[in-house]
Amino acid sequence: MENEAGALSRVAGLFSARGYNIESLTVAPTEDSTLSRMTLVTVGSDDVVEQITKQLNKLIDVVKIIDLSDGDHIECELMLVKVRAIGKDRKEIKSTADIFHGRIVDVTDKSYTIELTGTGSKLDAFLETMERKSILETVRTGASGIGRGERILKI
Amino acid sequence: MDTKELTGAEITIRCLQEEAVDFIFGYPGGAVLFIYDELFKQDKVKHILVRHEQAAVHAADGYARSGNKAGVALVTSGPGVTNAITGIATAYMDSIPMVIISGQVPTPAIGLDAFQEVDTVGITRPCVKHNFLVKDITELATTIKKAFYICATGRPGPVLVDIPKDVSQEKTKFTYPSNVVMRSYNPTSKGHPGQLKKAMQLILGSKRPMIYTGGGVILSNAAAQLTSLVQMLNFPCTNTLMGLGGYPATDKQFVGMLGMHGTYEANMAMQQCDVLIAIGARFDDRVIGNPKHFFNKDRKIIHIDIDPSSISKRVKVDVPIVGNVSHVLIELIKLLETSKEKTNQTALKSWWKQINQWRERDCLKYDRKSPIIKPQMVVEKLYKITKGNAFITSDVGQHQMWAAQFYKFDKPRRWINSGGLGTMGFGLPAAMGVQFANPKGVVACITGEASIQMCIQELSTCKQYNLPLKIINLNNRYMGMVRQWQEFFHGNRYAESYVDALPNFVKLAESYGHVGMKIEQPSDIESALKEAFGLKNRLVFMDFITDQTENVFPMVPGGKGLSEMILV
Repeated sequence: MENEAGALSRVAGLFSARGYNIESLTVAPTEDSTLSRMTLVTVGSDDVVEQITKQLNKLIDVVKIIDLSDGDHIECELMLVKVRAIGKDRKEIKSTADIFHGRIVDVTDKSYTIELTGTGSKLDAFLETMERKSILETVRTGASGIGRGERILKI
Repeated sequence: MDTKELTGAEITIRCLQEEAVDFIFGYPGGAVLFIYDELFKQDKVKHILVRHEQAAVHAADGYARSGNKAGVALVTSGPGVTNAITGIATAYMDSIPMVIISGQVPTPAIGLDAFQEVDTVGITRPCVKHNFLVKDITELATTIKKAFYICATGRPGPVLVDIPKDVSQEKTKFTYPSNVVMRSYNPTSKGHPGQLKKAMQLILGSKRPMIYTGGGVILSNAAAQLTSLVQMLNFPCTNTLMGLGGYPATDKQFVGMLGMHGTYEANMAMQQCDVLIAIGARFDDRVIGNPKHFFNKDRKIIHIDIDPSSISKRVKVDVPIVGNVSHVLIELIKLLETSKEKTNQTALKSWWKQINQWRERDCLKYDRKSPIIKPQMVVEKLYKITKGNAFITSDVGQHQMWAAQFYKFDKPRRWINSGGLGTMGFGLPAAMGVQFANPKGVVACITGEASIQMCIQELSTCKQYNLPLKIINLNNRYMGMVRQWQEFFHGNRYAESYVDALPNFVKLAESYGHVGMKIEQPSDIESALKEAFGLKNRLVFMDFITDQTENVFPMVPGGKGLSEMILV
């Protein structure tokens, strides 16, 4: 979409006005600074998703839309999670993070902050392996997506 | 190209001149004073001063609907904008091309809760096709050009341009772009040839066809093409409330309006047809009722519309055709003319026989001998006196439905009403806009005693500009449609629908400098109308005291299907 002030609120406003769900939404400028790329995750029947696509296309600031789930695609989300890490737990948490290809990006004597990327379900799985009470804080970006192989969204 | 630098206000007016805007409807205020100052210094763009910003937008709307040209309104920041919202939402729901220019507090004050500040772009976002806040004067002219382009192309709609006061004061060089190219906005106009062929096959194979058309036919100026199509096929045709005038109502192939208060024959034919050709219409709830009840597995649907999101929104269609109705109809007619196959005449004959049987039900009958004035009779007499040539605006409620049922519109852009939003208070200011767009036209506003009071202050505007409107007030002392629903669905409990403490409308009209008339006898209807329409240079407010208990029939109750009508 056009990298214009207010473009994001037009999209968000459309979803709330028409009663559609937003599971997650990420947006940032692209290599062309006049354009922003948004990945929006929603759920609905085929009819609802078709209607959402049509309604989004009507927004003047929206340049092009593709439904990534129509074909092969890559989906990736970033999570930062701060966990309580004391005594013998420290080693175990570290090794769990390694298994998930996470990185510990900040350390105190009581906590780790772990950076983890991957699909939403991978991040969910990591959180499930952590003891509920040891999770101090989580921040997730929501999914960013791109087509697999030669499939590209170009204007 | 001018080498001299112009202020933002000058640029704004120059843009309007470039767009050949002849009238602009508005109300001044702090944030638009520089723009008003420039309006004052020229006379190409004539400003019409209303008495409330809602009326400015409705007037621009009536101007656009009847005149086939974008309407323009000018309002100040804050309350100027909030007052205009009802008008903007009205135009949005009915896809009316319009540019609204609003003043905004100076850019350094934005976001600081300044005097008369509202987030105009935010507050209008859900009810405009698009809007802009101009923060940089060098973008002003291009933005106004874009606004005029966007509002009138594709599916039309209102576009708002918010101009901060400091931007209207700053200076820059002025050039008006001759065209705009937007990578994110390229509306389709031509229908897909493959889809058109599929549509033709369905049409030729149909046994019980029906053509159902809406506001899209009016907006794309396709009435002539529609008439050709309907007549070459000898198919029945119905119009929605927004589509009246798209096909001549006096023609025998017209089966009346359809929908909640549509005719028995139109609704039955919609329900029982085997091929439905929907043109510039959107299957909305007041038209087809409950989509589950409307569903018929034996019916195929062709849907022609410029807006892809209108297609398969409430009703699944078999052959979608996205495109400008006018272009698509021209292509479709060409295809049908060159086709070797012809329509099934035998089947069509028995279909017409069935439709004519439904017609015999005479669903619009009412008591013509009543000693109390029947509102339907007033509309019928109005039709007779004006020979069907008037521009008719209406407000919202029972009177609107009677106007739609009993005034036969043979031409497009003659019936001006708020169909989508259903805005009471629309009729009078819209009529003002219609009169400005058609200075020689006869303009009547059919209204009720409740609706008319929602923008009654505009009688003053009418005096200032000598607008010879004829106001037909169907006065039954009730918010009639509310009362009707309360009678049918709320056990006759008329909660707050009695319109008490009414003014003396005759004196009220006179105090604004107009002519007032009160009509109480059915035998006086015709002579009073003749007298009023004889006063060619005066606004006449005709207060018809009508039957309080009259209801609009047929009626499809909410949640029901089209064939489940309550009949008189």
